[in-house]
Amino acid sequence: MLAAAADTPKAAAHGVPVYELRNVGKTYARNLVVALEEVSLTLTKGSFTAVIGSSGCGKSTLLKIMAGLIPPSKGRVALQGRPVIGPRRDIGMMFQQATLFPWRTTVENIVLPIEIRDGKNAAKVAETEARALLELVGLKGFENVYPNELSGGMAQRAAICRMLITEPAVLLLDEPFSALDELARDFMNMELQRICTSRDATAFLVTHSIPEAVLLADRVVVMAPRPGRIAEVVEIDLPRPRTLDMMTSPGFGKLVEHIRGRLDKEAFL
Amino acid sequence: MSNAEQTTPTDDGYEETVWTEQVGWLDQVPRAIQMLFVFVVFVGLWDLVTRLGLVSPLILPTPGETLEDLIFVGRNLSTGGYMLVALWITLQEVFYGFLLAIAIGFTLGVIVGETAFGERAIMPYLVAIDTMPKVAFAPLFVAWLGFGIESKVALAAFIATFPIIVGTAAGLHAADANSRMLFKTMGASRMQTLIKMKLPMGLPQIFTGLKIGSVGVMAGAITGEFLGGGKGFGELIRIAASQLDTPRVFSLILYLSVVGLALYAFVSWVQRRFVFWHKERVMGGEI
Repeated sequence: MLAAAADTPKAAAHGVPVYELRNVGKTYARNLVVALEEVSLTLTKGSFTAVIGSSGCGKSTLLKIMAGLIPPSKGRVALQGRPVIGPRRDIGMMFQQATLFPWRTTVENIVLPIEIRDGKNAAKVAETEARALLELVGLKGFENVYPNELSGGMAQRAAICRMLITEPAVLLLDEPFSALDELARDFMNMELQRICTSRDATAFLVTHSIPEAVLLADRVVVMAPRPGRIAEVVEIDLPRPRTLDMMTSPGFGKLVEHIRGRLDKEAFL
Repeated sequence: MSNAEQTTPTDDGYEETVWTEQVGWLDQVPRAIQMLFVFVVFVGLWDLVTRLGLVSPLILPTPGETLEDLIFVGRNLSTGGYMLVALWITLQEVFYGFLLAIAIGFTLGVIVGETAFGERAIMPYLVAIDTMPKVAFAPLFVAWLGFGIESKVALAAFIATFPIIVGTAAGLHAADANSRMLFKTMGASRMQTLIKMKLPMGLPQIFTGLKIGSVGVMAGAITGEFLGGGKGFGELIRIAASQLDTPRVFSLILYLSVVGLALYAFVSWVQRRFVFWHKERVMGGEI
């Protein structure tokens, strides 16, 4: 079990390490629950990592630690060589809900992180960049529209722009498309791949969907509950760019099956 | 309700199944006519009851008498008579009372809604005061502030403050977990989170509090005049009632309700301007 937690040399060869987790653990003192135990993980530049696991496996705890929202109980958490001791501007985050604010236009929503950190003037300047980002995600023409006129998929695209506007070093994605219908989700996953590739983004995706994880990721981290830990890191050696057609290929099926077997075993032990 | 079926055979020999949902005739009438209908029925019943002598005219005047008096009072108001002076005093009480209530209510609402200390240590006292019959404080306000407009402003503000506190505090709690987390990840300060997220998100609740407050402030000003003298509209009502001039009481109340309605409509209008993204679904949101 411990061996599985270590990084494979192949993943490390991808590029320079961006995000490093070493022996990260989280114990909630109040009820002595070990939410996370001995998690070691390195995200390299431009890599896409997906995390999958049953509820209670600590993946949301892990994400919160990585986002600097809660402190770990032990271990080292470092982004671009500097320890993460709070929210940081080089961390981009996205949730299941788009969380756009209805009193701001699409563009105003996107420059919100800039407005909060650098003030209104900087936000005004960043609007040019925001318009370029909207074009990248296919929302050209919706710059000055209020969010209640956007569909669920469009709102999530705007949320992607808001995440990218600060040019973060790592993207933390917390089930970003799970609230969308399946057709929209497939489409958005392809869009996400395109956007990540075009910006050489380092992404970390938490998901409940095994096919989604296999489709998008270079490697899938399978987590196990009680205590939350890494059970296995599965390398996905499917060629890029990935297409939706690949989901019906035997290689894809085999990977899905392997991960599902791994999850089932952990869930019922 | 049964549906009207119209199955007409066509040339091709099949029957089209075209049918319309039936709507009751009353629901097809335009709203203005519906409202007029209710008004006519109400006034008709009122007229009938007084005409048949079922109720003494001292207790309930006829609609005709009331209308006559409405015109009289309206003339007095429009020509700048003594009633306009009284109305002006009451309007001032309402205006200052509402401003005071907004200032105190909003401040306390933010303290109670934003800080854990306020919610734990201050809110219980506010709830306790809110459950008291606030009108009972009127003699105290008169004793402290005298028979002038100040004691009426104080009572009006006192009554209107609590809905505004509750509305503001509830509004600040309206922010969902995702929005809070998002602001945290963006590194927003507490003040930024309050101003850029929690307050705008709570505006619908804050305005609900303001609307309830706007109703309370009228009640407070008039009650203050009943109990503490003064020269406002409430005093005119009190005098008319003591002289058993019921038509006058009725018409004065009607003019007051116009003022109250105008205040409520004003708050609603401001809300529609500021909270353009929120569709009001509460009854009475539109006038």
